[in-house]
Amino acid sequence: MSADQTQLAFDWSCRIMSDNGCGFPAPGLHSFLFKPLATVGGFEFNKVMLLALLTSILVVAFFWAAFGKAKVIPGKLQMVGEAGYDFVRRGIVYETLGKREGEKYVPLMVSLFFFIWIMNIWSVIPLAQFPVSSVFAFPVVLAALVWILWVSVTFKRHGFVGFFKNVTGYDKSLGGVLPLVMVIEFLSNLIVRPFTHAVRLFANMFAGHLMLVMFTVASWYLLNSWMVPAAGVSFVMTIVMILFELFVQAVQAYVFVLLACSYLQGALAEHH
Amino acid sequence: MIANLVALAAEEEQNPLIPAGPELLVGTIAFAIVFFFFWKKLLPNINKVLEERRAAIEGGIEEADAMKVEAQSVLEQYKAQLAEARHEAARLRQEAQEQGATLIADMRAEGQRQREEIIAAGHSQLEADRKAASQALRQDVGKLATDLAGKLVGESLEDHARQSRVIDRFLDELEEKAEATR
Repeated sequence: MSADQTQLAFDWSCRIMSDNGCGFPAPGLHSFLFKPLATVGGFEFNKVMLLALLTSILVVAFFWAAFGKAKVIPGKLQMVGEAGYDFVRRGIVYETLGKREGEKYVPLMVSLFFFIWIMNIWSVIPLAQFPVSSVFAFPVVLAALVWILWVSVTFKRHGFVGFFKNVTGYDKSLGGVLPLVMVIEFLSNLIVRPFTHAVRLFANMFAGHLMLVMFTVASWYLLNSWMVPAAGVSFVMTIVMILFELFVQAVQAYVFVLLACSYLQGALAEHH
Repeated sequence: MIANLVALAAEEEQNPLIPAGPELLVGTIAFAIVFFFFWKKLLPNINKVLEERRAAIEGGIEEADAMKVEAQSVLEQYKAQLAEARHEAARLRQEAQEQGATLIADMRAEGQRQREEIIAAGHSQLEADRKAASQALRQDVGKLATDLAGKLVGESLEDHARQSRVIDRFLDELEEKAEATR
């Protein structure tokens, strides 16, 4: 299969009511595959990877500008940075883990939040127009990281037996159903939970991108003959979806970090 | 057939739930960059500043509290001083009033005394003058009468004791008449 076909194939000549006989170029899985921009020693570097690295640069650059020469009396940029930092630190980490336990996880959670948020925001940035987190590998990396941290903290806090009690939700008062509960909890905590953690972010961004592409392509496709009003509707929907996606992007970043914190909270909780 | 298989393989590669190795790697690196800077440099930076700011604000509040306490004490001091001054002024006024009153009373008493003295002096002077005048008059009248009587009788009345008694008796009679006509 040639690289061309794994590109977001969009034929400009395809219009409704035109007689060249091609149908609606609907977005699909191919919308999430990109031709390599460069190949270095067999390593194919594509647009998504570029955006991921740009995310890092953007986040670090912004916070470097804001916090690099932080002052007691903050400038505008520092104030914005502090607001974002405080939102994650107080609004998420302290709320779930408490100030004493949570403090050492603040750098991780702040990094996660802004990294994910900016990865999502690429979805509506002209020219980029692709949410990095809609490629499953990126949420997987982050969810795996949280999972590894969660497992190691649980081990450290509760020891080997304590770990299994914690993970299986061991509770003698459950009596007969205890084995069943333990099996379910074990599977849920160790296998299903990290998977859903990653999929939640991925699927939201994936679906959002599909919707955006669909309405955008349709706006062009319908712009012909008497279907022009329909193109207008589609265009308005594109705008609406962009606004909605802006909201979803922030919410998903927030949810991902909140869940990471709540998992850690479970690990840190004293389990008799 | 072979083309079909290749297409199928490509389709399988497209399963979006199977993460690709290179992307996992890039994702890890990208996140590591962000985390490293936040962890090592940026958050310690801002935390230090936030701590400084907190200290500054707390210091400022403490300073303000101290100043408030000081201002309160100074105000109380001033109030006490003001009250004392008012009290003092009232006392002085009272004193001055009393002094003035006694002064006036004294002066009035003195004036009264002087007036009475002057009146008394006038009275005694009048009395003395009157007495002197009456004495002189009595003597003159006595002499005139004696002279007249001597001329009339032609003899000198030498018996002074008798003579003066007669004159006195006469004068007394005159006086009594005068008293009676008054």
